[in-house]
Amino acid sequence: MDNGTVNGVIIILLIIAFVGLTLWAYSKRRKPDFDEAANLPFADDDEPPNRDQSASREADSRHDKGEKNT
Amino acid sequence: MSTAFEHPTYNYKVVRQFAIMTVVWGIVGMALGVIIASQLVWPELNLGLPWTSFGRLRPLHTNAVIFAFGGSALFATSYYVVQRTCQVRLFSDKLAAFTFWGWQAVILSAVVTLPLGYTSTKEYAELEWPIDILLAVVWISYAIVFLGTIKLRKTSHIYVANWFFAAFIITVAVLHIVNSASIPVSSTFSVSIYAGAIDAMVQWWYGHNAVGFFLTAGFLGMMYYFVPKQAERPVYSYRLSIVHFWALIMVYMWAGPHHLHYTALPNWTQSLGMVLSIILLAPSWGGMINGMMTLSGAWHKLRTDPTLRFMVVALSFYGMSTFEGPMMAVKTVNALSHYTDWTIGHVHAGALGWVAMITIGSMYHLIPRLFGRTEMHSVNLIAVHFWLATIGTVLYIAAMWVNGILQGLMWRAVNPDGTLMYTFVESVEASGPGYIVRLIGGLCWVTGMLIMAFNVFMTVRRGEGARQPLPQTA
Repeated sequence: MDNGTVNGVIIILLIIAFVGLTLWAYSKRRKPDFDEAANLPFADDDEPPNRDQSASREADSRHDKGEKNT
Repeated sequence: MSTAFEHPTYNYKVVRQFAIMTVVWGIVGMALGVIIASQLVWPELNLGLPWTSFGRLRPLHTNAVIFAFGGSALFATSYYVVQRTCQVRLFSDKLAAFTFWGWQAVILSAVVTLPLGYTSTKEYAELEWPIDILLAVVWISYAIVFLGTIKLRKTSHIYVANWFFAAFIITVAVLHIVNSASIPVSSTFSVSIYAGAIDAMVQWWYGHNAVGFFLTAGFLGMMYYFVPKQAERPVYSYRLSIVHFWALIMVYMWAGPHHLHYTALPNWTQSLGMVLSIILLAPSWGGMINGMMTLSGAWHKLRTDPTLRFMVVALSFYGMSTFEGPMMAVKTVNALSHYTDWTIGHVHAGALGWVAMITIGSMYHLIPRLFGRTEMHSVNLIAVHFWLATIGTVLYIAAMWVNGILQGLMWRAVNPDGTLMYTFVESVEASGPGYIVRLIGGLCWVTGMLIMAFNVFMTVRRGEGARQPLPQTA
């Protein structure tokens, strides 16, 4: 095989790898696992976020006035 | 530092040390930037001394902001994130302490040797071989601490931020060791083992991947943890983050040749570098969109939370500079932009807009938590810092765009008889106003960092006053 053929084969293999990765990542079977992983930053909270005793009381009152477009 | 905030499980000491040094080196590195920016406006400021000349202070500036400021921030956040998402203490406290003191020793060596003129002349890898060896040892220790902690993890998954941090650590080890390979001549002088065009290619394979892995993958690790935390919701799409990770690390590796357009590098290599730089837009924007969309349903928080604002503006600048980069890698665009101030502007859109802003946002989240508090001393001062940083960045990059295009057009202008229309010094003279605007932008940044230092100092002091042990985790 000459260089050009080798290059072509490598590119096809990389395309297959990329498509395979995408299909794997987006498969329904993986969803529960990924949801669990996505919540890891919140899994070990030792303090409620943004609830400082003194400094954030003011921020909280301002915060409540904002409309919550959730 | 007080031991009152010792976490029952995690090693926060080393994180605190690196976090404080992030602020210190940020001020030093950016102040050096302001000094050399001033020298371009008023050349007399080099004081006529070799040690304070532009050519010696410029590498000190780049090393201080990238490796001292950015590096300390990456150590701090990666050690924090890996412990909290793996729910386990660092692999080794002693080795972690060695990485802190070793890293500071490398930086201090740079502060001494670069003004003295000891340099390997490789951009972003100027340090001479004895310091390179120390750096390699520290970096391998870092890899052992980080990967060892992942191995000990109590969770079944490895959170995506840790994937980015791990890729950054491993790749930087490879880049540094390969690019710094040299034959020592004396204790302060060495010669690269590569020659000619190969030396240039190795250098920019290193140089661009320093951007791609040190300044991008590492800080994306930061983004994937601190943006969800500050927005109080999980990342928009974990699936996209996996595709983002693999696509980004596969493509970045090949983009280096765009630094060597129209040089002795073989033409096909230049074209390959250009094509892969353009492809790089896709994974970069995938990550940017993933970070931005994490805020969907939480946009109202931006009104009251300047820390989150830092992170969102960081992502905006990340999107901007990862669009600008591929565009500048196109050979015809590069013919205009290369060697001009446009490049400097592009670098700072990434370095100030993305790297520094995401770092500062993360530090404002991290520092109070490390000192037994949940919020910084003053939220208003964070807002002031945010506006100074944003206005400073916009002034900086706008000035450099104007200067860069001006220089590019002046350099290529020819008279009907084929001679150059302008001498080089005329383009330097025409750049003067832009240099002043850039200096103002830099001053905004340093002022913002000093305000941050004050805010951090007050937070630490109040935290020490509280002296409450942190509650035990479940």
